[in-house]
Amino acid sequence: MIRRLLLTSVLILPLPLSAEEPSVRIEPAQLQGSRPLEKQTESSVIRDYLQSWKSMQAAFDQNQTSKLDPNFIGTARERLGEAIGGEAKLGLHTHYEDRSHDLQIVFYSPEGLSIQLIDTVIYEQQVFEKDKPLGKRTVTQRYLIVLTPSDVRWQVRIFQSSAI
Amino acid sequence: MTRQLLLMASLSMPVVAALAQGIQVPKNISAGSAFTIATSGSGDAVLYLIGQGQALRRDVKLDRGASFAAGDVYAAGHYMVLLVQGASTDVGELDVLPSPNPGSLGFLAKPSRLPVNVHNGISGAVYVFDPYHNVITAPMSVSLELSSSSGTPQTRTVATHLGLAWTTMDSSSKESSARLTARAGSISSTRIIAQVPGDPCSLSITAKLNGSKLQVQTAPVRDCSGNAIPDGTIVTFTETFNDAQSTVDVPLKQGIASAQMPANRGAKISAASGVVAGNEIRWEGGGQ
Repeated sequence: MIRRLLLTSVLILPLPLSAEEPSVRIEPAQLQGSRPLEKQTESSVIRDYLQSWKSMQAAFDQNQTSKLDPNFIGTARERLGEAIGGEAKLGLHTHYEDRSHDLQIVFYSPEGLSIQLIDTVIYEQQVFEKDKPLGKRTVTQRYLIVLTPSDVRWQVRIFQSSAI
Repeated sequence: MTRQLLLMASLSMPVVAALAQGIQVPKNISAGSAFTIATSGSGDAVLYLIGQGQALRRDVKLDRGASFAAGDVYAAGHYMVLLVQGASTDVGELDVLPSPNPGSLGFLAKPSRLPVNVHNGISGAVYVFDPYHNVITAPMSVSLELSSSSGTPQTRTVATHLGLAWTTMDSSSKESSARLTARAGSISSTRIIAQVPGDPCSLSITAKLNGSKLQVQTAPVRDCSGNAIPDGTIVTFTETFNDAQSTVDVPLKQGIASAQMPANRGAKISAASGVVAGNEIRWEGGGQ
C-alpha cells in the first residue's frame, strides 16, 4: 500500500510516517474571521483532528464509545456514540480506515475558542457481523469539522460529512 | 440466489441511483424524511443502514419492502446499506443531507463583556442546525442585531458559508447590557453582552520551572481602576530565544492567564493583552 504525505503549506506536521498512516494534504488556510492563526495552533489543531480519526476507528472497531472521549465532545461525541451503540445492539461493528485527507482551516473565531476546517477524506468502511464481513466500500466524503479547545487538546465538536 | 431490492424513495426524494448487484438505493434523502424501501423477490432478509451517526436494522420480506418513518433516519452523513439474506449480501450507499429548515442555532457571541467604544469588538458566529441538529451547509441568510438601551441597534445580515455565518460589531459608547440576537428563518437566539469600562492597565508575569517546561502566569489582570478584566480575554505569551519566537494565546481564567513554554535558559518571556504589554522575564533557571 502506498502512502504519501503531501504538505502543501509551510506547516510541518509531527506525523509519524508508517505503512498505516493516511496521506495528508494541507491546503493553506483561508480564514473567515479576523484572528490570525499561529503556526503552533494550526499544527496542534491538525494533529489533534487526525488523532480523532484514530480514536474513532478504535471506537467503531471495538464498539467502545469511551474511546471517543479524548477527542470528541458535544454533538460529535453523541452522534458517534449513538452509531456505535446501535451497531453493538445489532451485533455489528465497522472498520474505518482513512486513506487520505485533504484539509483546510476555514475559520478561527476571534476569541480563539473554535476552529472550523473542511476535509475531503477517502476512507474504507467495512461492516462485520461478529467476524464475518458483510460489505466494504471505499468512500469519498467532505467533512465539516468544528474543534474547540480543552485543557490538553483540541476536541471535535461538530463532525459531519456530505457527498462531494 | 436471485434477488432484487428496489429502494424507492418517497416523493420528496430527488434521485434514485442504480447500484451494483441489483440494489437500488436513493442517492440521497433529507434528514428526517419518511421513505419506503420497496423490494422484490421472495423470502426474508435483513436490511442495515450503517453510518457514523446511526445504525439501523429492518427485517424485510422481499415481496413487501420496508418503510422508514419520518424521523427514523436523522443523522446527516454517509451510510452503507446492506441487504443480508443468508450468506449473501448486497451493498449500496446512501447520503443523508441536512434538512433545509432551521431548527436551532449554535450561536457563539464573544466576548461576554467588553469595554465601550471598541470597533468590531463583538463577534457573533452562528451555525444553523436543522431540527435534527445537523449543520445546514447550504447558504442561508442570518441576521444579527445588537441592541441596548443606550444606542441605535446595529444590524448585520450575513449568508452562511460552509454552515457558518460570522460578523463583528462595535460596542456602544455607553456602559450597558446589550442583547445580541441571531435569527435564521423563524429561529432566533439571544446572548447578553456586558459593555463595561476599562482596558487592562498592566500585565505582570512570573515564571517557574514545571518539569521540563516553564510555567508562566500572570498576576490577576485588572484595569486602571482596579476592576478585574473579563475571563476569556486573550493574553499572548511570547518567548524569544536565539532569534526565534514562540507564541501562545491563552484566555484569562479567573482573572489569570497561565501557559507552558519551553524552558530555554536565556530566553526572554513577555506577555501582552490588547495594547498592553507586561514585564519581560529573562529565564536563567534550569532547563535546556
